[in-house]
Order: sequence, then C-alpha cells, then structure tokens
Amino acid sequence: MTAQPETAAAPAAEFGRARLRKEDERLITGQTTWTDNLRLPGMLHIAFLRSPYAHARITSVDVTAARSEPGVIAAYSGADFAAEQGSLPCAWPVTPDIVMPAHPPMAVDEVRYAGEAVACVVARDRYAAADALAAIEIDYEPLPPVLDMRAALEEGSPKVHEAGNKSFVWPFANGDVDAAFEGAPVVLERTYRQQRLIPAAMEPRSVVCSCVGGEFTLWSATQIPHVLRVMLALVTGIPEQSLRVIAPDVGGGFGSKLQVTAEEVLAVLIARKLGRPVKWTETRSEGNMTVHHGRDQWQRIRIAADADGRVRGLDVDLLADMGAYLMLVTPGVPLLGAFMFPAIYKMDAYSFKCTGVFTTKMPTDAYRGAGRPEATFAIERIMDELAAELGLDPLELRERNWIKHEEFPYTTIAGLTYDSGNYEAATAKARELFDYDGLRREQQRRRTDNDPVQLGIGVSTFTEMCGLAPSRVLGSLAYGAGGWEQASIRMLPTGKVEVVTGSSAHGQGHETAWSQIVADQLGVPFEDIRVLHGDTQVSPKGMDTYGSRSLAVGGMALVSACDKVVEKARVIAAATLEASPDDLDWVPGRFEVRGDPDKSVTIGEIALAAFAAHNLPDGVEPTIDAEATYDPDNFSFPHGTHLCATEVDTETGFVTIRSYVCVDDIGTVVNPLIVEGQVHGGLAQGIAQALYEEAVYDDDGNLVTSTLADYLVPSAADLPSYVTGRTESRAANRLGVKGVGEAGTIASTPAVVNAIIDALRPYGVDDITMPCTPERVWRALQEARGGPAGSAADQHAARQSDQTQGNSPQASDGGQA
Amino acid sequence: MGSDYLSVNAVVPRFGTGVMMRGVLRWPKECAGVREGGNRVAEVTVSVDGVKYSDHVEPRLLLVHYLREVVGKTGTPVGCDTSNCGACTVLLNGESVKSCSVLAVQADGAEVTTIQGMATDGGLHPLQEAFHAEHALQCGYCTPGMIMAASDLLRENPHPSDEEIREGLEGNLCRCTGYENIVRAVRRASQAGVSA
Repeated sequence: MTAQPETAAAPAAEFGRARLRKEDERLITGQTTWTDNLRLPGMLHIAFLRSPYAHARITSVDVTAARSEPGVIAAYSGADFAAEQGSLPCAWPVTPDIVMPAHPPMAVDEVRYAGEAVACVVARDRYAAADALAAIEIDYEPLPPVLDMRAALEEGSPKVHEAGNKSFVWPFANGDVDAAFEGAPVVLERTYRQQRLIPAAMEPRSVVCSCVGGEFTLWSATQIPHVLRVMLALVTGIPEQSLRVIAPDVGGGFGSKLQVTAEEVLAVLIARKLGRPVKWTETRSEGNMTVHHGRDQWQRIRIAADADGRVRGLDVDLLADMGAYLMLVTPGVPLLGAFMFPAIYKMDAYSFKCTGVFTTKMPTDAYRGAGRPEATFAIERIMDELAAELGLDPLELRERNWIKHEEFPYTTIAGLTYDSGNYEAATAKARELFDYDGLRREQQRRRTDNDPVQLGIGVSTFTEMCGLAPSRVLGSLAYGAGGWEQASIRMLPTGKVEVVTGSSAHGQGHETAWSQIVADQLGVPFEDIRVLHGDTQVSPKGMDTYGSRSLAVGGMALVSACDKVVEKARVIAAATLEASPDDLDWVPGRFEVRGDPDKSVTIGEIALAAFAAHNLPDGVEPTIDAEATYDPDNFSFPHGTHLCATEVDTETGFVTIRSYVCVDDIGTVVNPLIVEGQVHGGLAQGIAQALYEEAVYDDDGNLVTSTLADYLVPSAADLPSYVTGRTESRAANRLGVKGVGEAGTIASTPAVVNAIIDALRPYGVDDITMPCTPERVWRALQEARGGPAGSAADQHAARQSDQTQGNSPQASDGGQA
Repeated sequence: MGSDYLSVNAVVPRFGTGVMMRGVLRWPKECAGVREGGNRVAEVTVSVDGVKYSDHVEPRLLLVHYLREVVGKTGTPVGCDTSNCGACTVLLNGESVKSCSVLAVQADGAEVTTIQGMATDGGLHPLQEAFHAEHALQCGYCTPGMIMAASDLLRENPHPSDEEIREGLEGNLCRCTGYENIVRAVRRASQAGVSA
C-alpha cells in the first residue's frame, strides 16, 4: 500500500480511491479467526440428530444409550429443552392476523421439514458426538408431506400446522387497476417461477458458547451479532446484559447468516446446562438442509399497456413458500419485493397480493436481494414480452416508460420516492460498452442463416430499494426493529483513531472503506485508523449488515459521529489557540485561526490535550470522542442497465454467455475496487440462479441437492468475464451513496433469461423455467413446436417457423422435467 | 485433543435415508482410551510448512483435520464434505490436493505446504500479493485453497490463458468474487513470473 501524504492541510481525498483492503493480510496468510478455529479449554462438541422425514410425529425418543457411549457427556431430546427453549423468533409479522406457529429450536412432538433437529449428543469431540447419534432410539409416525405451495392451498390438503397452510395474505394497491386493464389495447399475463435457492456461503455455520458464572459469550458465524443478542435474550430469558455475541471473521453470508438459528439457541442452553463451553460446526450437507433457503415463489403478473407501449397498469399475485416455519424475516422478504415490481416505470395503477404458504420444507428467508431480485425478474421479463408483443426493441419500450432523469425526485405508483437516478445515462453507456447495435445485426444474420447457434440479447434496466431502512417505514410495515445504525469515534492520545461501527462486515471490506470515510472527515491518515466491529462488547449498539445498508446507513452514522468529534474538538482548539470557537476554520485535520492560518492545532494535538486535560475550559469534558446513531429519511435506489448476450445451441440446449455488460449507478463511490468486487460477485449469484442453481426436494420431501456436488454453485469455468461501468447520480444523503451489495444479483437474472428467450423467440419459445439447464432449453424448443419433447428430427423445420405461440398466457408449471 | 479428531463425514450415508450421521469406523482404544474395539493407530511423520511432525493418528483421520486439529494449522478451512469446494487445498509434495480427500496416513513421509507456509521471511508469496492487489478475495474463506490451487496451476502452466486459469481453478468454489478478480490475480502472478 502506498503511504498517504501527511500534510494535514491538504490531505489527499480518500473518498473514491481504490484502496487495497486492510482486511486482506490476515485472510491471504491463513491467520483468520473463523468461529470453527476457536478452541476453548474444556470445550465440548455438539452433534445433532436430524429428522429424515419431511413431516412426522415423534412417537418416542430415547437418548439413554447415547449417554453411555464413550466420550459422551450428555445427550438430549427436544423434551429436555421444552421448558426453556422458547420459540425461534420471527421479527416481521406482516399482518395482524398472520399465522405464526411456534418454532421450537429442537422439535418436541412433530417435525415439519427434513433436517429439523430432534436430538443431540454432547461429547468431548465432534466425532465422538457424531458417532453416538447412532445410539439414539427414535420412532416417528410419518405424516403426509406438503411440498407444492399451490396444492397446499387446495381444500383437503394435508396441513403443515394445525392452523392450516396459509400464513398471511398481504395486499397493496394504488390507482384504479380495473380501469387500467379495461379496454387496454394490450394485456399480457405470465406466470413465473422463482426457484428455491441455497445461499451456500463458503464458510459453514459455526457456533461456540461459553457460560461462566451466568455470563454468556457466544461466537457465531453470523451477520447480525447485535440482533442476535437481543433475540437470544428474548427467546431464552437470559438477561441481555449477561449475553455477549461475537461475530469473528465471517466467511460470507448473503442473507443466510441473517438469522437466529436453532443451533445458536441450543448452544446457549447446552452451555448453561453443562457449565462448559460447547461448539457446533455444521457439515455442508447439514448446511444445505438447514440454513434457510431463498426465493421460492410463484409469480402471476399481468401488465396492461397502450398500443404505443405505455404501461397503464400492473397486477401481481404472488405465492411465497415460507417453508415449515416463519424465521427471522421470512414473511417480510416477498414484501420487500412488493414495492419493486413497478421498478423504474411510470404507470397509472398497481396492485399486489402476496400469500405466504407453509410447506414441509426448510424455511425460506433473506437471500441476496431478498424479494427484490424476484420482483425485478418478473417485471423485466414481462417488459421483454411486451416489447415482443408490440414489435418494439426492448430498450425502446423501457425508455418510453421509465422515469426521466429530470423527473426526480419521483414518487412511484408503489409509493416509494426515488431520490435520484438517470436511466438514460446508464443505458446509453451500457449500449456503447456492449455494442448493442452490432450484436443486434449479428443476431439478425444468424437468424437469417438458420445458424444452429442463435444469439440472444437480454436487457435488464433495474432499480432496487436498499439502505434498509427508515425506522418509521419499517414500523409501518410491522417489522419489529428499527433501521438505524450506530458509529463511535475514539480519538486516542497518540492521534490515532478507533472507529466502532454497528455494521458487521463479513467480506464487504468495512475496515477499509470506513477508514477512508473517517480519514477524509477527520483529516487523519488512512493508516492511523482502525475499525472495530462484530462484538457486542466492543460495539455495543448496531443493526448489523444486510440489505445493502452498511454504507448508506452505517457510513452516514460515521459522518455524524465525526461531525460531533469536530465540534467537541473546536472548543478545546479555541482554548489552545486562545481564540473564539467561532473564529476557527476546520480544515480536515486541523483548526486554523481565521485570517491567521499559521496559528493552528491538529486534531491529534487536540486529542492529546483532551487526554491530559490540564488546560481545558471550565465545564468541558476531557474527551473529544463521540458517537452517533443515524436513521435515514429514505431508502436509497441504486439502478443500472445490464445487457447480456447469450449463444444458445438449438441442438443441445446449451447456453453460453458471450458477453455481459453492466452499468450501475450506485451513487458516489468510496472505493471503486470494493464496488467492482461486489458487482462481480452479485452478477455471479444472479447468473447462477438463471443457469445453474436450484434446491430440489424429492416426492418425500428429502432435499436431493444436499451437497455441492448436487447443488451447482458455479465455478470460474462456468462464468463469463464481466464488463462493468458506472454512472453516478448522488443519493440524497450527505455522502451521496446508495449501496451496492445486492445490485448485481438483482439485475442479472432477468438479463440472462431475457437473452436466452430472445435467442429462441423465433422458435416460439417465450419462457423457460429457471435454472435454464441445457435439458430445459432443449425441451422448451421441442415443446414450442407443438411436438412432444424428444422429437428432435423436425428441429430444422422449427427454424423456419416464426413467431408462433408467442402469447402463451401461462408459463409451464415449473419445468419439472 | 489432537488425534482424537476423526472424520465421520467422509463415511456417513447421505441424509434422508433414515439413518443420519452414523460413524462407520470405530474409535481405537489406544487413541481415545475410552472406546471399545476400533482400528490401529498409525504413526505418521509429516513435514508441514517446513516443520517436521510425528503423531499417532487414527487411520480414518483426514489430512485437513490432522492439519487443523493436530498440527494447529487452522489457516486451511473446511468448506464442504464432498471435495467439491476446494477450500482445503494444500500442496502435497508440491502438488495440490484437497486435504479433505486425503487421509493423514497417506501423507506419511510427505511434505505439506499450507497457506501458512507460503509467505517467507522475504514477505508474501507473489500469489498472495496478487490476490491482495487485484482484490481477489472478499470474505476470504476460499482464499487459502484458491491460492494453493493457483500455485499448482502456475507450476504446471506458468503462462496460462484466462480460459486455462478458469479451467484450472474449476475445483475451487468462491461465492463472493464472481471469479473475475481471481483470474486477474493469477494472471498478474503469472506475469510476475511465479512458477511454484
């Protein structure tokens, strides 16, 4: 790393600088502190016995024999925890009449998904614990699984819970939807499937808990140490002040570690029972089964438009699979999408309805994007369908409908006020980087030549709401907590700075970006700043990291805290310089006497003066440390234009991404290196949903994709190189920042699928259910020609056909092929 | 604790068959001192990052668990139980292996290099430098395996094309970076002349 110039009068701006990361040194040398690396004296290991049934009554459990296995200290069944384990929390009861069944961390009477913990062994090492599970006697009375959320709502369906399979119905409407659809020259209806995904962070979950004299310390691979602490106190009744939660280095989350898990609660209870530290680390197979899943929706979407393509109205009816229970924000995830279906488009009316459905599967919850990728997929897919219906270029159709840059701030039909954006600029830049017109010419050429490998161009002009979130908005949506963030600045006597943040990074590079922000605000060198986070004893307040909120909320908290430091320092500087506070100019790094800049004092000198406290004015406290809690006024709204070119082999169904261009407007940028990395990773996850990934249960409700051999997280060889660009419209906050963590994931899935459909539309294909595997693409080609899948012989004839079946109102039922 | 860490995961039947997480192999009496029956305990002598270790280990002990729990080299993490993710990649006599799919006893007499042996007194290994310089890591969990696999890739092919880099690292999964910057980092190290 290059050294910073030390001249405090004119420090180089850190904001916008591609600083290499402070975090890297420990990560590239193997010195990282993953939770599973932790070994405490006397530590015991937990192994869980998990249900092999998707749905069953537990008729008997006997752990006696396991208790006498070698090395085993204890064995427990759900009954042993029944009096104290409470219910895993759901913090987002989206409607007053929501059905929110109790969710015991360990099943006592009934299991409702395969993998639910039913008993455990605590032994002196992990493998003794795992071996002894075999000695547990457990009998089940199988009950019918409930696996299809549409069938779950039918009368006579077996019930997941006594109260039935419907958890809630959440409606929203604005404008006269009936009027928008009545007499509309064009009405399209489609049904899209958001397949179930497994977040698959590379670090498996791990928990360590110690209990000494009634004081608990929990280390967990979590995104949310602060929320977890509160929730553990509420669930277990352990006083909050006796709980310390530490998130050490955390190996990725993507929403999957935004959770209060059964294993965390049980680790606390077991540590308390035994008075010894305990550890549990999941295997990948356990993780695929029991880390919450993402997506899993059926989306029925209708759009009404004028003949020129102007959108009149949108009507969305969602079924969202909750899985077996409501976990931390399970019901809220589809609602985060509710506001995003209208996307960047102006329209007269919008209605939305979401039905939350219970099934006997692992609960769903936040996964990168959380509701917004689903919404973006559906609107961007149907905009392409509308363009095809009207014979318009998909970018032309979008431009006719999007909010013009001069119209910001703009309140959408979903009630959000977009503070800034420039869709024209992002699209123009993306077109240029992509060579849009050239690729369209090539596409035409391949169509004319009946090339067996067709070229498709996919468009996604997305926006998202992130920077979660204004507390009062969250309150109005029945979320249980606020959306503020906390920061503290500790000015050390040597002039160095400790920054404490309530954000809890797990790969995002906060230690670097936060140092850059504070360096500019306080005029201290980047190298002199240390960022602390992820430990409720070090960072006592926080709302943690998810929803692309860290910078837009936590970064603003930093700025507010720095402001307070400067104002406190001003008083001491005035005394030191024997001047009036009002006569001092703050030049980041120092106060100067106005008109006499030779008379100055640096922030470091002021920190030392406060530490010594020998000559402070009366009534001035001897510190310039400060803390601030920032609650945003609004969400932030990153947007961008993503363009994908796919080559689709019509004979094999194989899809190759030939080029991918994205231009994102995420507001101002603290560190372009980190931003680009976030975009790349987001793209990979969005592309993976389009092409590769799906959590599959068999007919009995067992997870088939329980390993990384079955669940296809793409490798470097499966993914393209990306071309990234940026445009910039400032967000309405002081830093001008919007957030970038989820943008790539939200935008890319529809871009890829639109590109595949665009390649195959002349064959009559207008939908393929994700993931668009070669088999599904091939079958879609066969079925589009009206013949049964498998009649490949008439493939050539299909190439001659044009625009058949382009208007099928119903998508296939999920590509169960 | 050391040698009483045994691999169960490698031998369990798949979940969902009604029998879950049953260990197939048994404890050795000699090793655990508490378990009836069981297997022999084997002595292994392994050089890890230049230091020689001799230990008595259970034959089913995986190399990755030997490294993490016996030798204390926690820089090599475990990411899966089916040798798909590559997070645990180390060099065994100079060639990359997934240490979750090698038994510790198979490493007897071998030299193992982990991520913790890559930096020298002279500083970081050029691949470590390149991963830092190209922002080729975010959470960093896959990074040790990725760097070790890349070092073997460059040993075999000192000047790979981008496509060869992608295919060469196919056995190592990363969930954060989308691989773009990993490819750049390996290319950068290649241009810097890393060949081992």
